[in-house]
Amino acid sequence: MGAPDAERTAAQQADGQPAPRPESDDDILIRVENVVKHFPVKSIGFTRRTVGQVHAVDDVSLTIPRGKTLGLVGETGCGKSTLARCVAGLIPVTSGRVLFEGNDLSRLSRRQMQPYRREIQMIFQDPYGSLNPRQRVGSIIGEPFAIHRMASGGERKRRVQELMERVGLNPEHYNRFPAEFSGGQRQRIGVARALALRPKLIICDEPVSALDVSIQAQVLNLLADLQDEFGLTYLFIAHDLEVVRHVSHAVSVMYLGRLAEAGPKEPVYETPRHPYTAALLSAAPAADPNTAASRQRIILVGDVPSPIDPPPGCRFHPRCPKARQLCSQEEPQLEVKAGDPVTHVTACHFPVEAGENLAAAGSRESGI
Amino acid sequence: MAYADSEARRGGGRNAVTLLEVKDLTVSFPTADGTVQAVRGVSFTVDAGRTLGIVGESGSGKTVLTQTLLGLTPGGEISGTADFDGTDLLAITEDQLRKIRGAQISVIFQDPLTSLHPLYKVGWQIEEMIRAHDKSVSKAEAKDRAVDLLRRVGIPRADQRVNDYPHQFSGGMRQRAIIAMALSLSPRMIIADEPTTALDATVQAQILDLLQKLQEESNTALIMITHDMGVVADIADDVMVMYAGRAAERATKQDIFYAPHHPYTKGLLESIPNSSARAERLKPITGQPPSLIRLPSGCKFHPRCAYVMDRCLTEEPSLRPVGEDGFHSSACWLPTAAAGLGERAEEIRIKTVREERSEAAAGIAEGIASAPESEGSVT
Repeated sequence: MGAPDAERTAAQQADGQPAPRPESDDDILIRVENVVKHFPVKSIGFTRRTVGQVHAVDDVSLTIPRGKTLGLVGETGCGKSTLARCVAGLIPVTSGRVLFEGNDLSRLSRRQMQPYRREIQMIFQDPYGSLNPRQRVGSIIGEPFAIHRMASGGERKRRVQELMERVGLNPEHYNRFPAEFSGGQRQRIGVARALALRPKLIICDEPVSALDVSIQAQVLNLLADLQDEFGLTYLFIAHDLEVVRHVSHAVSVMYLGRLAEAGPKEPVYETPRHPYTAALLSAAPAADPNTAASRQRIILVGDVPSPIDPPPGCRFHPRCPKARQLCSQEEPQLEVKAGDPVTHVTACHFPVEAGENLAAAGSRESGI
Repeated sequence: MAYADSEARRGGGRNAVTLLEVKDLTVSFPTADGTVQAVRGVSFTVDAGRTLGIVGESGSGKTVLTQTLLGLTPGGEISGTADFDGTDLLAITEDQLRKIRGAQISVIFQDPLTSLHPLYKVGWQIEEMIRAHDKSVSKAEAKDRAVDLLRRVGIPRADQRVNDYPHQFSGGMRQRAIIAMALSLSPRMIIADEPTTALDATVQAQILDLLQKLQEESNTALIMITHDMGVVADIADDVMVMYAGRAAERATKQDIFYAPHHPYTKGLLESIPNSSARAERLKPITGQPPSLIRLPSGCKFHPRCAYVMDRCLTEEPSLRPVGEDGFHSSACWLPTAAAGLGERAEEIRIKTVREERSEAAAGIAEGIASAPESEGSVT
């Protein structure tokens, strides 16, 4: 749409930056390398001393090939949204690099970051909270054009209406307010806004969690169509494992700020090696009574510990049915386990073997 | 097998005691914009020791339905009867209802944070519940019972945690505390309104497990309200699917999942991403649920139904038996043989529809076929 490439180059030259040059392979759109994000915990009172750190994201690396979807799963507080915000450049990283087409975004100033903001867009979870209730739909979707000075007046209206049509909204509703739309339609407004500048990467943070099942399927199909049409790359965050399985090419599982397991969708879902992945998969409710009845559900003990003071060794060990002494002493690294494809990595000292029954091992006295 | 087991229970063992029988319940709310017809003539029964799953999307009336039973819908115009062990819940006074609510029927709400008072200790809130219904219980005794209850729902070091405030509990623990409170007076029926929606998958599994265990121990009846077919597949015995304030279909869990009759039930099942249909495109239901103020004519699902026929536009079907067990009922004009997800059922549906459809219905069906994923517009 338009000539964003030419504009971007111009913008960068003005900043004295070289034009983007892919680092190694063209196929990798985004490469996250050892990203760490800590938030300081301040004491209450006058001094506001830093008394601790929230280890939101600790040494996470991942890559997303162009035109593919990476699913990021994990429970509340595991750091998946923080990681997404780091990738989007919304918050600075504590250490590590975020490479977008080979360019390190984590070192850029606000001004230098500007052209990349066009390439990376976000869709948020809450279709109610993420739209300004006093702004008309046309102006919500058209705002990216205004911010990046890309289209105005009649041209902007035409482009906005094109977008509305594309995401399945009636272009005649240009002047309506968000309150006049249903949840699913509002999420479509969010999608249209994200799509406005023809980004390369869209970060979807729980985009369908707030929607009813039948509407959820509509939005998931829309996202799939848009990916085919525009060659979009998605970082797709969700806690619903079946949804992630449906949309993703590869999956990364996070636990308490670290990656527990990562790899192509099939091996991770079919033969999970990390006990946490296995538990998560077994806990996900299956909409099929026979599966539900025959399945060995692994009931984990306890809750996710506080990320301010994560457990030593493997962070999952206090809840792990397979934990042994080594797990509390030495932190396992992501590595390919015996018999797995080279793309499937697991951070566990005692990975789950085929046919192993974790449900029996996990029947310790429960108590969150 | 769970199925054989539930069949045996249905056959009439000690559990086949109907605890609650709701007949023709209607609830509407007069508003400035018009009358909201939240629940329109719903009937169902709940047996002791069994779990009824009520499924539906937002605005289908599932929450209003159960809250009305407990007198929690002030301002609503209510008709119908709700016979709870000989007492009509809809006819008694507020004072009489107060004695039943909590003691005989208790509720677990969705959000464990807002259901607890942030300024009172968790234990105190449970004690208050016990003492409010039975003044003869001493404070010390109530506290002992609170500790006992917390232990029963799996809270570690319950004797110490009883003195904690709600913010010191995690989400899963708060929901456990709510369950402890709901159990405090050994109710005969528990209404759980989306009890696990706000929780993570692994904690949800813990809570569902706990509810099932407690139900087995005390033969309590459970009404589980949810939008999640996965939760229903897990713990329900019978299922009622609601749409626009009415029951669309009612059956045992097995029939709902493997032999659904109503196109809405079928649509709900098909729109869930699952491993068997992974590579395929999802099949969403076209359009969106209707406004409860301006309901469509005839069958309320017809504007979204791919099998719309002429009579669907004018006549609203009511629940009628469609299965051999006499329990499986569906509110749809399609023939009984159309139940199921297989090819044969689909052939019957298509054949029926072809015979029963003329211009008006054909127009709607065409609109659905041409834009199967559009959401329609809010009017």
